[in-house]
Amino acid sequence: MTETPVISTVGLSGLLISFGSGMSEPANRAALAFRTVLEAEDWPEVSETMMSLVSVFVAVDLVDTPAEQLREKLTDLLATRDWYGAALPGGRHLWHIPTVYGTDLAPQLQEVAEVAGLDPQEAIRQLSTARVRVLTLGFAPGQPYLGELEEVWNIPRQQDLTKSVPTGALVTAIRQLIIFTAPTPTGWRHIGQTAFRNFVLGDSNPFALSPGDELTFPAIERAAFDKLSRTDRFGGAEKEVIA
Amino acid sequence: MTAHLKVMSAGPSMSIQDLGREGHLAYGLTRGGAADRLALHEGAALLGQSAACAAIEMVGIGGTFEATADTVIALTGARMVATLEGAPLVWHACHSLPAGAKLVIGGVQSGNYGYLHIAGGFDTPRHMGARASHLNAQIGAPLQRGDALAFDPTKSARAGYFLSPDNRLQGGVIRVITSFQSDHFSSETRERFARTAFRRDPRGNRQGVRMDTDAPGFYAEGGLSIVSEVITTGDIQVAGDGAPYVLMCESQTTGGYPRIGTVIPSDLPKVAQAPVGGAIRFEFISHDAAIDIEKRARREIKSLSSQAQPLVRDPHDIADLLSYQLISGAVSASADPFAR
Repeated sequence: MTETPVISTVGLSGLLISFGSGMSEPANRAALAFRTVLEAEDWPEVSETMMSLVSVFVAVDLVDTPAEQLREKLTDLLATRDWYGAALPGGRHLWHIPTVYGTDLAPQLQEVAEVAGLDPQEAIRQLSTARVRVLTLGFAPGQPYLGELEEVWNIPRQQDLTKSVPTGALVTAIRQLIIFTAPTPTGWRHIGQTAFRNFVLGDSNPFALSPGDELTFPAIERAAFDKLSRTDRFGGAEKEVIA
Repeated sequence: MTAHLKVMSAGPSMSIQDLGREGHLAYGLTRGGAADRLALHEGAALLGQSAACAAIEMVGIGGTFEATADTVIALTGARMVATLEGAPLVWHACHSLPAGAKLVIGGVQSGNYGYLHIAGGFDTPRHMGARASHLNAQIGAPLQRGDALAFDPTKSARAGYFLSPDNRLQGGVIRVITSFQSDHFSSETRERFARTAFRRDPRGNRQGVRMDTDAPGFYAEGGLSIVSEVITTGDIQVAGDGAPYVLMCESQTTGGYPRIGTVIPSDLPKVAQAPVGGAIRFEFISHDAAIDIEKRARREIKSLSSQAQPLVRDPHDIADLLSYQLISGAVSASADPFAR
C-alpha cells in the first residue's frame, strides 16, 4: 500500500524526499508530517523546505555541504517513525470560505456535473459539504492545491484552455480543487467563485494558507456574495484552529 | 537625505532587481531577482559595495535618466549603447553622474539583460525582505516614465573603473548535471540531447527560455503522468511538445513536466544572455566536477573588485577626467556615438 521514501539530489540545490510516485493521501500526509518535523529540527545547513504533493524538498547548498552528509541525517530522521501512519500535525487552521456555485460568475458548474454524472444540485451539495486539505501550495504565491474529493470527482482537465478565470475562482479536476491567486488561463473547470485572496502583498502575513490547512466551501447566494465586503481579503471566510 | 534618479523615458521591460527573496518556496514563490546574478556582483565590485544592492534591470532596451544629486553609476550585463550628455560611456564600467546630466541607455548590442547600478543601491520599498520585482507574482511593476527612484547621495563610490568580464553574451556550451528526474529519459535520449545543436528561441523571459532545434523532440518514458515536483532554477524542463525549456529565476515552484537535467548555477547567466538564434549546446558533467566549477566561480566573484582597472593609466594628470569624450571613445571601439 505505502512505498518506501526515496532520497534524491536536486541539482546542486538540495535533496528531495519522495514518499510516493503518484498522488495518494497517505503519501501526502507523510510529506506534511515529515516537513513539519524537519522545520522544527531547524538544521543550520538547511535554508528552506517545501512540500509538493507527495515529497519534501530540502534546500541545501550542495557546493558547501556534501550531499552524503545530509542524506545520512535525513535517513536517520526518516527511520524514527512510520511517516505514512503519522498523525496530522497540529497548529493548522480550518477555513470556511463562502462560495457562489454556478451562475455567470462560475459558468462551468453544469458541465462539471455532467462529466461527474451528477445533477447540478447534487454536485453543489457535495462540493459545498466536502472538507479538503491544502495538499501543497504552488504555481502562484499562496495558491492551494486542495484534496482529495470523492472518486466521482476524478474528472480530467479539459482539452482546451479557458483563456482566463478571475482571482478567487474555485476550479476542479482530478479530485482536486484550486483557488486561483490571480487571473489565470487554465484547463481546470471553473465551478465556484470566492472573494478569498490567497496572497496580499504588504500584509503582515501575505500568504493566507499553509500546507495542511483544511477548507470547506459553503454555498451562498449570488446576492449575498455581492454584499461581501470588498475590503475583506478573506471574502467573509471564517477561520478556526484545528487542535 | 534622499535623492532620486528620475526616469524620463523607459523601455517596456525595466525593473528593480536584487538577489531576490529566499524562504517562500513553500508558499509558491520562487526567489526571483536579477536574471544575470553575476552582473549584480560586477556592479557591486565596480562601486565597492554589497551585491545585495538593488539595481535597474533593462531587457533589450534601456531608458533616459536624470539624478537630482551627484552620484556614481555602473553599467554591467548585456552591452548596451550609453551616453552621458551625448558623450558615449564605456560599458562594464563606473562613471560619475552629475546632478541634472542626461543619461541615455539605448538598445543592446550584445546580450539581453543590462544593469544600471547606483552608488549605495536604489532605496526602493522592500517587500518580504527584498526589493526585487517579481512580475509573475505581481510584486513590483515595470519601471515607467515619471518614476523617481530613491538613492542616498551621501554614498559615494570611485568612478572611472572598468572590468573585462568573461564573454557570456553569445550562448555556447552550457554545463548540466543530472537531477532527480533525469532517469525518466533513456540514456539514448540524454546522449542525443547532449549531441544536439540548439538555438535560443525568441520565446524566453525571466520565467524560462525555450531551446529550438531541427532535431526531433525529447520524450520521457511515460512522460506526461509524472506527479508534480519541485522546480529549481536552471532545471531543463521538457514540455509536451518535446522542446526543452531552461527554467529561470521567476519560474513556477512546481511542475509536472519532467526535467532532463539542471544547468549549473555559474552557467545560468550565459543562458539568460544568449541572443535569439544563438547556438547552445548542453554538456553533462559529473556532480563533483560541477562542485569544483562552482567553488572556483565563487572565488572569482570574491576577487572581482580587485580586478577593476582604471579607465586611463594616470587619472591624476587629468583634472576632469570624464568630461573627455576621447577617453571612453578610445576604450570602447564598438559604442555607437550616434545612437539616440
